[in-house]
Amino acid sequence: MGRELTKKERMELPRQSMPTQDPMDRIKNFDEVALGFTAEMAITEAERCLECKKPRCVDGCPVGIDIPAFIHEMQEGDFEKALAIIKQANTLPAICGRVCPQEDQCEQVCVVGNKYKPVAIGRLERFVADWEVAQGGEIVMPERQPETGFKVAIVGSGPAGLATAAELAMRGHSVTVYEALHKPGGVLVYGIPEFRLPKKIVEDEVGNLKKLGVELRYNFVVGKIASVQELFTEYNFDAVFIGTGAGLPYFMGIPGEDYIGVYSANEFLTRVNLMKGFDFPAFDTPVGMGRRVAVVGSGNVAMDCLRTAKRLGAEEVICLYRRTRAESPARLEELEHAEEEAIDFRWLSSPVEIYGNDDARVTGVRVQKMELGEPDASGRRRPVPIEGEQYDVELDTIIMGIGQGPNPLVTRSTEGLELNRWGNIVVDEETMMTSIPGVFAGGDIVTGAATVILAMGAGKVAAEGIDTYLRETVKVPKARTA
Amino acid sequence: MPTLLEIKEIAPAFKQYLVETPEIARKHQAGQFVIVLLHDHGERIPLTIADSDAEAGTITLVVQEVGKSTMEMGLMSEGDQIEVVGPLGTPTHVEKLGTCVCVGGGAGIAPLLPIARAMKEAGNEVVSILGGRTKELVILRDEMTEASTEMIYTTDDGSFGAKGFVTNALEQLIEERGKPDIVIAIGPAIMMKAVAEMTRPLEISTVVSLNTIMIDGTGMCGGCRVSVGGDSKFVCVDGPEFDAHTVDFDLMMKRQRTFLSEENVARLRFLESHKCKATKGTEVS
Repeated sequence: MGRELTKKERMELPRQSMPTQDPMDRIKNFDEVALGFTAEMAITEAERCLECKKPRCVDGCPVGIDIPAFIHEMQEGDFEKALAIIKQANTLPAICGRVCPQEDQCEQVCVVGNKYKPVAIGRLERFVADWEVAQGGEIVMPERQPETGFKVAIVGSGPAGLATAAELAMRGHSVTVYEALHKPGGVLVYGIPEFRLPKKIVEDEVGNLKKLGVELRYNFVVGKIASVQELFTEYNFDAVFIGTGAGLPYFMGIPGEDYIGVYSANEFLTRVNLMKGFDFPAFDTPVGMGRRVAVVGSGNVAMDCLRTAKRLGAEEVICLYRRTRAESPARLEELEHAEEEAIDFRWLSSPVEIYGNDDARVTGVRVQKMELGEPDASGRRRPVPIEGEQYDVELDTIIMGIGQGPNPLVTRSTEGLELNRWGNIVVDEETMMTSIPGVFAGGDIVTGAATVILAMGAGKVAAEGIDTYLRETVKVPKARTA
Repeated sequence: MPTLLEIKEIAPAFKQYLVETPEIARKHQAGQFVIVLLHDHGERIPLTIADSDAEAGTITLVVQEVGKSTMEMGLMSEGDQIEVVGPLGTPTHVEKLGTCVCVGGGAGIAPLLPIARAMKEAGNEVVSILGGRTKELVILRDEMTEASTEMIYTTDDGSFGAKGFVTNALEQLIEERGKPDIVIAIGPAIMMKAVAEMTRPLEISTVVSLNTIMIDGTGMCGGCRVSVGGDSKFVCVDGPEFDAHTVDFDLMMKRQRTFLSEENVARLRFLESHKCKATKGTEVS
């Protein structure tokens, strides 16, 4: 190593840009868009970190990764040590390095970002996680503390459930994750597309949790095959965590929504991602998408639908959003990627009616032009219809990407569970315990649809709450008294 | 993974599978269904549960071979393993009402069996009307006889029971004995629609069990939605049973044809690659 860089020199190093697949190539495949840093780029990017004494980035991280410490190891070229530091706080680094909205979290508060571009923390996290896999050796996981004998059931294997499971396993508890689908990962497998998060990575990182001793049961619908109460009484668990996510698709409630060719984003993405419908008939599940496709909404899920439709070969892919680009809830990076991929964005446009033919197949949509009025409860300017300004678009497919609600399957079957008026579970924010003692919850089922990392952060808080509950309230594991 | 313990051909293109799955067997209630997945390239197939035995830890599935996946399932052997998730859906509301007429057509007879049995056990008089194109397609006759107090059969070709449709028999039954307290009809959509239209003017409470296109079966995708009383309902969690007089059968039947061309592609491709092994399957009406 040469001489130490000064602060000024560090800050003046340019932020390394992420190599990506060319837009015109990538719209023809489902391979990952962002290709990842080289080791050289990663070290250069790491050099940009000032190693602040009071690092704000750590507070900006929902799972509290010791960011300056891991970046320091990267500056030294010790990727192994860097990754070990990350894994102490986050056991799914390859996933988070890809899908976290770092620009709103750690990178938003990075001091370098005050004057220059912030350190690319997320990309560094991704790099070290991928580096370990590329080495081909045994994946190293944090050590498990001695067995406590306590049994914890996790309902749902999405980000919240997996984070809770990992944290509890490290603390020596016996953890079983129950998943309703036939594969683990929740939204990571059915929702987020291959080109943004390869399913191999989800499989690998979930596999790593098994090394921590986490047990996974698939095809197990809590609320049907066993109620939450029965997990205590018949399955002998000492605590239960509910992380069932935001799995209830919303529709607009406009005429024509039951026509063939209208999908919820969940259905469209599940057909493509979980069931591999893009490879029909080699895989048995068809997608059935047409040639002219509109996606309603402009959040991350809508971006995923738009870009998936493009890759499936749609001739025209239109985004209909009732506000403007500025209010769009999608990550800027996703929005930009979609724009590069020639998506036709129609801002201030809201569908009011879907048309169909005699076979009930979609033929088009009537769009109402909107303008922005006064700010609403969300602080964003409310879209209001411009009278008399409507137009029709010919379409054969329309995908509703306007949000998801809490899936009521578990909550409805659990007596005594307090819900808010939207159907989300009410928890004590410090412990994440619900109105039922020993039952905890976190992630989208509590907050409403949010991000992967917020769900993981909630899972970590819940794990702490569960751990305290087991040691201080339960005291003796059921398995030992039974 | 659940094991196929026994496979029996009970009618042309109808197979009965005894599946070892103790947790589901213990929890199954009349009216519920499962989703099976044959392999990692497979699709999730919603199948009704014809019977369950909590003690033996088994459920019975009766599957009509109509498309690629059901034909492929027909080629599996005893001892093979499949993925099964369930029991899904809201169970039948069982109570003593008096006279219950169970109307079953084709593959719909299978899910009707546990319902008829439960209604009889609850103290109802259960008159079952079973129909099919021809005698051998009127499946599960012995089991249904045991689960009912009285049996009536119809066949399209008159080879068994009365010649005609189940609706003719239902009409005649009502004419002769008056209105039953409830009619439960399960079969092809067109049959359920005909039953609903017959009982509507007579104001006979009528329940149907719907079998729509579905993926997850837990209310996540909304692909199974049907219009019920003007509202969009999810068959997998709100159903599969609904008040027959409020279901928009016409739209539902159209939605069932969503993937018609893809289904044909898959079916032909499968038949081509399994020329010697597969039965031809039956046409879906």
